[in-house]
Amino acid sequence: MANRINREQVQHVAGLAKLEFTDAELDAFTPQLDDIIGMFETLSEVDTDGVEVTSNVSDQLNVMREDVADNWGQSAALLKNAPDAARGFIKVPAIIDESEDN
Amino acid sequence: MNYFKQDLASLHADLVAKKISAKELTQATFDNIKATDPKIDAFLTLNEDAALKQADAIDAQGIAADQPLAGIPVALKDNLVTKDLKTTAASKILENFNPVYDATAVSKLANAQMVTIGKTNLDEFAMGGSTENSAFKTTKNAWDQTKVPGGSSGGSAAAVASGQVPVALGSDTGGSIRQPAAFNGIVGIKPTYGRVSRWGLIAFGSSLDQIGPMTRSVKDNATILSAIAGHDDHDLTSSTQAVPDFAADLNDATSVKGLRIGLPKEFLAEGVDDGVKAAILAAADTYRKLGATVDEVSLPHNKYGVAAYYIIGSSEASSNLQRFDGIRYGYRADDVKNLEDVYVKSRSEGFGEEVKRRIMLGTFSLSAGFYDAYFLKAAKVRTVIINDFKAVLKDHDFIMGPVAPTTAFGIGDEIKDPITMYMNDVLTIPVNLAGLPGLSLPAGFSNNLPVGMQLIGRPFDESTLYKAGYAFEQNTDFHLQLPTLGGQN
Repeated sequence: MANRINREQVQHVAGLAKLEFTDAELDAFTPQLDDIIGMFETLSEVDTDGVEVTSNVSDQLNVMREDVADNWGQSAALLKNAPDAARGFIKVPAIIDESEDN
Repeated sequence: MNYFKQDLASLHADLVAKKISAKELTQATFDNIKATDPKIDAFLTLNEDAALKQADAIDAQGIAADQPLAGIPVALKDNLVTKDLKTTAASKILENFNPVYDATAVSKLANAQMVTIGKTNLDEFAMGGSTENSAFKTTKNAWDQTKVPGGSSGGSAAAVASGQVPVALGSDTGGSIRQPAAFNGIVGIKPTYGRVSRWGLIAFGSSLDQIGPMTRSVKDNATILSAIAGHDDHDLTSSTQAVPDFAADLNDATSVKGLRIGLPKEFLAEGVDDGVKAAILAAADTYRKLGATVDEVSLPHNKYGVAAYYIIGSSEASSNLQRFDGIRYGYRADDVKNLEDVYVKSRSEGFGEEVKRRIMLGTFSLSAGFYDAYFLKAAKVRTVIINDFKAVLKDHDFIMGPVAPTTAFGIGDEIKDPITMYMNDVLTIPVNLAGLPGLSLPAGFSNNLPVGMQLIGRPFDESTLYKAGYAFEQNTDFHLQLPTLGGQN
């Protein structure tokens, strides 16, 4: 295996993506991602000197509209989907780790 | 009630003539689904109470001759949000999610008084080609229940192919309408990028995603595309191009006379099964007999599409799926000490393996030090692939080829091997990268499983694809052959 990505890099990328993996998952994922990135590298065979990037294939450009509120006033229905809510607000755990001394 | 013998026009005629009421049709649809779905597992959620109520209201009003879709059942892929009807994207992270609005394509069908029957299974967040990545169930192929239905719109495809509904909507980011349509012997279109509003489609790859209809015939497909297409203020990538009445022009079985068709040699190259190749070559002969010219052409960079797509699609997905953080809706992990834990544990427990793999690939491709080599390179190769298509479509009316290199594979056969699974999309992915319309329709059988043919057109020229598809259908009988679900047909 070419080792294009190692276990530490996989862990670093997982951190960026707000994901965590067990050791067993890392064992499985690391060689798999390495193989897929190897497949990505076949793109180096394509000559792209002077080629523009394509980020969008829409035929619409710079569409403007008035800034008018639409489809609002549904906070009760929206809050029904929140994992935890009280008095019109979404509840989340304390931001500061309670296990730490302050 | 199954929909093997009836198209939208005949259902509409029966409803107008009151041979059947909308309520009876709806009830018969649910009865049939309850009898057949234990075998097929196409549906995640049934909308029975609301659908019957809606059908009652439609009957009370009466169905006029100028309401061609009123009272007709439709199934929706479960990544289209539906107001007050659970929408999961086949993910644990959205297991209990009830949207507060309808997707634009859904509300357009509702305004035409179609009756939403339920939500169909998919690969989680539409990531996969077999529907095996659903967090909830594995849908089976309508023709052989040991085979996958394809994916990611596998539930919609199997529901239409098994006669459960006459129409379903799917979504297609790299082949997710066309490949399951091919595997199940039905018709599916990935419209031109921008033809249909993506508002309310749970985003995967925003520069690639399109919603499209899946039906038993080309004409039905054309009818539904006209109903869901058009500009939408809520999706500023949706086009302001006029939407033709696509079905109105479908009455000439010889309309391909004089057209020039390109058959790329890469589409019949290594990796394409002999049975698939034979069906496509026979289809080329059918078109020649109808007076079209079929030329061998080349899309020299086609094989790089898969790599470019898995970089671009995964990068867009990694960004789009940041919104699933356990805060405002969806799954939140229990065992958390702080806010960072909410994010990391909710996402790690809520997403399935393939979704995590794509988020990782995308995050990697966009990360510092790798962005130029991967994301930017892929975005340039995308331009090269687009130029290949432009060159061929300059002097050809459309391109024909297979949808997938093989017929439906066995459940469990490929799910442990991501690269093999990714390569199945080698013939559909480039069409999404280029934003072109792609129509999949039945073109024969190989080992008793359907083979799909793909017609690829110029931007916003779905009309030519439908005309060519209709002509093929009128001169063949593949679309009339039916799966036997335990012999009850």
